[in-house]
Amino acid sequence: MANIAQATREESATPFQRGIKEALYAGAISFGLFFLFIGLRTDQNIRNELILVPRWGLLASVVALVMAGRFLYVAYGQPFMAKQKIVDVASGLLPDSVATRFFRLPYFIAALVAVVLLFVLAGSLDSIFGPVLAGYLRFFRALAIIYALASVMFYFRAFIQAHFSALGIGVLVAYPIVVVVALTLISGSMAGGFQGSLKWVDNFGIQILIYVMLAWGLNIVVGLAGLLDLGYVAFYAVGAYAYALLATQLGWSFWILLPVAGIMAAFWGVMLGFPVLRLRGDYLAIVTLAFGEIIRLVLINWREVTNGAAGISGIPKVSFFGLMSFNVSDPNYIAKVLGIAQSGAYYKIFLYYLILGLALLTAFVTIRLRRMPVGRAWEALREDEIACRSLGINTTTTKLTAFATGAMFGGFAGSFFAARQGFVSPESFVFLESAIILAIVVLGGMGSLVGIAVAAAVMIGGTEILREMEFLKAVFGQDFTPELYRMLLFGMAMVIVMLWKPRGFVGSREPTAFLHERKAVSGAFTKEGHG
Amino acid sequence: MQYFVQQMVNGLTLGSIYGLIAIGYTMVYGIIGMINFAHGDIFMLGAFVALIVFLILTAMFYSVPVVVALLIMMVVAMLMTSLYNWTIEKVAYRPLRGSFRLAPLITAIGMSIALSNFVQVTQGPRNKPIPPMVSTVYNVGGISISLKQIIIVIVTVSLLALFWYLVNKTSLGRAQRACEQDRKMAALLGIDVDRTISITFIMGAALAAVAGTLFLMYYGVVAFSDGFVPGVKAFTAAVLGGIGSLPGAMLGGLMIGFIESMWSAYFSIDYKDVAAFSILAIVLIFLPSGILGRPEVEKV
Repeated sequence: MANIAQATREESATPFQRGIKEALYAGAISFGLFFLFIGLRTDQNIRNELILVPRWGLLASVVALVMAGRFLYVAYGQPFMAKQKIVDVASGLLPDSVATRFFRLPYFIAALVAVVLLFVLAGSLDSIFGPVLAGYLRFFRALAIIYALASVMFYFRAFIQAHFSALGIGVLVAYPIVVVVALTLISGSMAGGFQGSLKWVDNFGIQILIYVMLAWGLNIVVGLAGLLDLGYVAFYAVGAYAYALLATQLGWSFWILLPVAGIMAAFWGVMLGFPVLRLRGDYLAIVTLAFGEIIRLVLINWREVTNGAAGISGIPKVSFFGLMSFNVSDPNYIAKVLGIAQSGAYYKIFLYYLILGLALLTAFVTIRLRRMPVGRAWEALREDEIACRSLGINTTTTKLTAFATGAMFGGFAGSFFAARQGFVSPESFVFLESAIILAIVVLGGMGSLVGIAVAAAVMIGGTEILREMEFLKAVFGQDFTPELYRMLLFGMAMVIVMLWKPRGFVGSREPTAFLHERKAVSGAFTKEGHG
Repeated sequence: MQYFVQQMVNGLTLGSIYGLIAIGYTMVYGIIGMINFAHGDIFMLGAFVALIVFLILTAMFYSVPVVVALLIMMVVAMLMTSLYNWTIEKVAYRPLRGSFRLAPLITAIGMSIALSNFVQVTQGPRNKPIPPMVSTVYNVGGISISLKQIIIVIVTVSLLALFWYLVNKTSLGRAQRACEQDRKMAALLGIDVDRTISITFIMGAALAAVAGTLFLMYYGVVAFSDGFVPGVKAFTAAVLGGIGSLPGAMLGGLMIGFIESMWSAYFSIDYKDVAAFSILAIVLIFLPSGILGRPEVEKV
């Protein structure tokens, strides 16, 4: 009875009143949470003693921000979303979706005009508006470009959805060329174009593709076979150190060591697989985590071989299939062979295509394997281990092949990583990396290659973009470094995306085995396995 | 022999801290079946709250008796971390309860990353040292036992006693055990499952906060990244003891503590973590559900 009375009172409160109430509640909690951590800062004084520096202003603004956010969400956000689901009485139609209201032709044209105008004025922005306003304008320009691109994608969404894989591969292949051409046009010289492309090809292209490849590799273990692996980065480390050590000690070429690194990582995958065959679920998770940590600790402490925490430097570059080299001093340096200007960008562009090829190989192998008996056995194992065993599937070999195949791609990615960096140290192979890769697999929607690639681009590209947000200094003051907030935002984004889409970006699965016709099913119908 | 006993004492101290953290893991796992990856960072938050409270106390009063200071630090740390864990459960885990198994694991990892970076951003990335609070060392038959170690063991034992009472003798503990066995049935019998789960998180956080305070007192230094390694080891301890089992968590914690101190004493200190993790793997090969864990019977 009491519950009913309370429910009616709750209903009768207007969204505005509820917003106020919830905002006060959120404010009190956030004050409690942040009082000690934001309100006070521990700093070292000259005598190296810790002292406390109060920051009440910052605390007040953070709490106010939380309250405002909560208020807007409860008072306006929730009623709006509820209204979206109610059919209009007169027309009998649902209201326009948020996206159709957001992407309209006049807005699109306005955005285009703004972009063109701001690019024409780019050189003189600072002198006209002053540095602060110019910073905002550059930010606005970036937003307008994103908006224009998003509207184009929105108008062609049906086409994009139908040809997503082909379009995606096309865009990825064209990406470095487009970047170089665009930057050449902007800077007015070929050399400037190549120089400027370094950042875009390396920090965004290669970085994202490495994670795409790693996540696709882990997807075989977690998404297909349903074995929760928290130490995937160990195989990445094995591949990286295999290339680094053999290349620096024996001088072997990348093209020989790439398969060697893959085989070694696969071997370690089997080594990990054996002890954990009987384990399930979270026991499996902790042993794989422990395995990852063991590999890292051995890399740190086995100083005679791995050079300890200092790492291995001077790892040779990849050659262009032995025909051309990317070392300036070599007689067959690419610029000398082709008779073009020297630039570090050729190597990066070559690496970009290399990792793209490796990632596509991973995807291709995954797609083919899913149609083969072993791939079907993996998926059957994920759905029900006992049924598998009763039907005569050898679960031991099935699990071991999953571990080995996943690890092999990790090893490929690792040797590529070593060749790209020219330096490896145990610091690159911490648990956080495993967690990020696993997060990408789950956020993308386990088992869905496209979803995983999108998740990698969003999560890794998103955090990389923070490095570019120099204009924020104009807003928050000169000592503000957006990079510092990178991982904080990354962690929060993981939580928010998971709450928003618990099944990942792509919530549907294409079954490999079907009765009459292939129909995509909801991700909720596939199991995640018990390990 | 003396050396051996000395290492036993050190291992006991270390193991007590791990055990306190491990209980938080195992309780949460027992009741909702998820690995609360953020628990190690809750422990680190506890140590940081204790640090800040210590600084406030020393700034406000000229001298505070150590016992009083420790008590205040512990109580404030318990309150603060409880608030954090309660909020995290409510925001990040509760909406995903009943969703698929990996979803809360991912939000937990996300929360762990967010928490440690939150502390890094707000408090700075450096190590935070404090002057030693307790420095008395007793010599008992050639074995040196510091007062810090005695405090740690006494606090742990008394907390465990209190905890044992709470879980086994009160209606709250009964509700927790009921939820652990069957959440739906417990709800049908009038147990507020949400509230029980919240309280479980609060209890785990409070124990982690005590462990954090003791950690700060013992080592005299804390940094934003200090949550990960003790967190992983405590989780290892919980699995070793059999996840879901409270005595198992304490036993596992003590085992990890002993393995670590013995290995560093007799073999190489570099490989102490490798030893702890390898023993975990070996134990799990022979006892796939931990030492005191009940094997999960699978129904078809």
